[in-house]
Amino acid sequence: MELFRSHILICQGTACGSSGSEAVQKALVKEIKAAGLEKEVQVIHTGCFGFCAQGPVMVVYPEGTFYCKVTGEDAKEIVAQHLLKGRRVERLLFKDPAEEKRVDEFDQIEFFRHQKRVALRNCGQINPDNINEYIASDGYFALAKVLTEMKPEEVISMVKESGLRGRGGGGFPTGMKWEFAAKAQGDKKYVICNADEGDPGAFMDRSILEGDPHAVLEAMAIAGYAIGSDQGYIYVRAEYPIAVERLSGAITQARKVGVLGKNIFNTGFNFDIDLRLGAGAFVCGEETALMTSIEGHRGEPHTRPPYPAISGLWGKPTLINNVETFANVAQIILKGWQWFASMGTEKSKGTKVFAIAGKINNTGLIEVPMGTTLRTVIFDIGGGIPKGREFKAAQTGGPSGGCIPTQHLDIPIEYDSLLEIGSMMGSGGLIVMDESDCMVDIAKFFLDFTKDESCGKCTPCRIGTKRMLEILQKITAGEGEELDLEKLEGLAENIKTSSLCGLGQSAPNPVLSTLHFFRDEYFSHIVEKRCPAGVCEKLKKYRIIPEECKACGVCAKACPVDAITGKVKEGFAIDPEKCIKCGACLEKCKFRAIGR
Amino acid sequence: MNLDELKRIKEETLRTMTPRDEQPETKIVIGMGTCGITAGARQTLAAALEEIRVRNLTGITVAQAGCMGLCQREPLVDIVRPGSQIYRYGDVTPDRMKQIIHQHIVNDRPVYDWLVGTRNSAPER
Repeated sequence: MELFRSHILICQGTACGSSGSEAVQKALVKEIKAAGLEKEVQVIHTGCFGFCAQGPVMVVYPEGTFYCKVTGEDAKEIVAQHLLKGRRVERLLFKDPAEEKRVDEFDQIEFFRHQKRVALRNCGQINPDNINEYIASDGYFALAKVLTEMKPEEVISMVKESGLRGRGGGGFPTGMKWEFAAKAQGDKKYVICNADEGDPGAFMDRSILEGDPHAVLEAMAIAGYAIGSDQGYIYVRAEYPIAVERLSGAITQARKVGVLGKNIFNTGFNFDIDLRLGAGAFVCGEETALMTSIEGHRGEPHTRPPYPAISGLWGKPTLINNVETFANVAQIILKGWQWFASMGTEKSKGTKVFAIAGKINNTGLIEVPMGTTLRTVIFDIGGGIPKGREFKAAQTGGPSGGCIPTQHLDIPIEYDSLLEIGSMMGSGGLIVMDESDCMVDIAKFFLDFTKDESCGKCTPCRIGTKRMLEILQKITAGEGEELDLEKLEGLAENIKTSSLCGLGQSAPNPVLSTLHFFRDEYFSHIVEKRCPAGVCEKLKKYRIIPEECKACGVCAKACPVDAITGKVKEGFAIDPEKCIKCGACLEKCKFRAIGR
Repeated sequence: MNLDELKRIKEETLRTMTPRDEQPETKIVIGMGTCGITAGARQTLAAALEEIRVRNLTGITVAQAGCMGLCQREPLVDIVRPGSQIYRYGDVTPDRMKQIIHQHIVNDRPVYDWLVGTRNSAPER
């Protein structure tokens, strides 16, 4: 066994990977070897730390020094200064934007300080390709405990008591789902992990699969024991190549060690897991469509009941849980349901992972106790809005969710409170918007997505979303009428009530919630033919603000179609007939004298 | 696979993961300023790692520090254990390093001959 004095944990999740962490790792290994330190320092790849905005990120132990935005060229300095002489490389430390000072240890960084990591506990801490490191973090001890000390009913009641609810969006109590599947009669039962993460901007499931794949495998085996199943499937999208690779590696190792397969822990319990790759259709995240896809058919949903727990995959009783839901299970078994239920709010227990994106300083992946306010998430952890702009709204639940405006910033984030204000928890995507975002445009974006992703089985969803999108396009082009808003609401109601699955039932939500909170913006588009945020291309009207204009003539020179005329030191004007709205004048003007 | 095997894997792997331990039982801090390295701190560090490996010790992390100030007595080594004073040793050759591990860390008897001084641990941050 080899002992090293120092471990360098470098994130090889998808986000850091795409900003070049692989090259950094290669350069580090090379420099360490050149310095003769290969027997003292070990470079280990891990999953997502969550601080994707600062990637590639790494932590050097035993000091626990957190370096961010590391490049291959920095490797030499890290080796020469930190590894050889024990001096931190100051310039690579995280710089606190508020206090303007460098922070060395990562648990002191505001972004990490407010977090409580349960589902993400091992992400960024262990090597996901090494089952031993998972075992060293108490991995598979929950499975051992369940198999040797507990009856299936006891396992189910423990999950029930914990108050864990489905993290994929619906929020259905997990323990009840397990109970239904356990009570269902059948010669064969299945456990499915839904890893078909499709919300734009959400990537928590991917990060768990990439950073801690065994947590999911272990929980699936526990679920298999609880409901009486011996076969599990993970339905993961093929667009997640790293996740697929780590999962297959993890399954192979788990079989080799003997925590998957026959006669696990000598208890006579058999359980195996196979991967099924999805081609990336959004509708396949819906459980009935997902099962149809596993069976080898076109991924289309079908009616419920019968629920999957009674008649699911190949007509057998089936339990389907989301990745993040599974990632909580082993911890509940080991630490007890009381521990889990002590976190969160009355009806939403535990923690929730959010992927924060959009107009926010610290984009990335965070995990906070349920009931944390949106304000804490956006302004403390997220570091606020960049460029000193004003917060406008946060969008939760992706294309099925809604917008949360400023007046609701202090609501606790939990399943029920979000539903009350017309949004939803969803899988945990959180997109932050500022004053430069047009809410009609945002609604159009999400509807464009659901229109494309509608499987086409139900007419209201297939054609209705298309019609709604056309109306929105009309409004953003300045051709909207007041009657359009009523039409939108009528269509939305029809689509919601007459679609078979969650996709159609929730597709109009982004439109309804923006109509509710930002109706005035719709009116500006329709009545004044103006886009207040200046986003909608066809509504842009460039003009020169006389009070600001210094009559320098730069704008007239920049204009490619000679739409700006006038004299230096006297004044200029834009001819709206000639203007092609390219924005060249706005960019060139140093005095912010161009309005739109 | 049974529970004992699982525990064995856990223990063995935990030993290799000591550098990542946030609150190790013992921390050996070696001064690695220019003067320390010139005086042979690298060899001292190698000896420390070797001794930990040979003796199969657990819960010890080996860290580096910059210049500790007393260049004349380099290589300087601190032994840091929670609830105890910090012991600083001077002129720590590889052989002395091994003996410090043996006597101070394993048997809990500081080696007074090479001691530079002791001080109270830094307050918790």
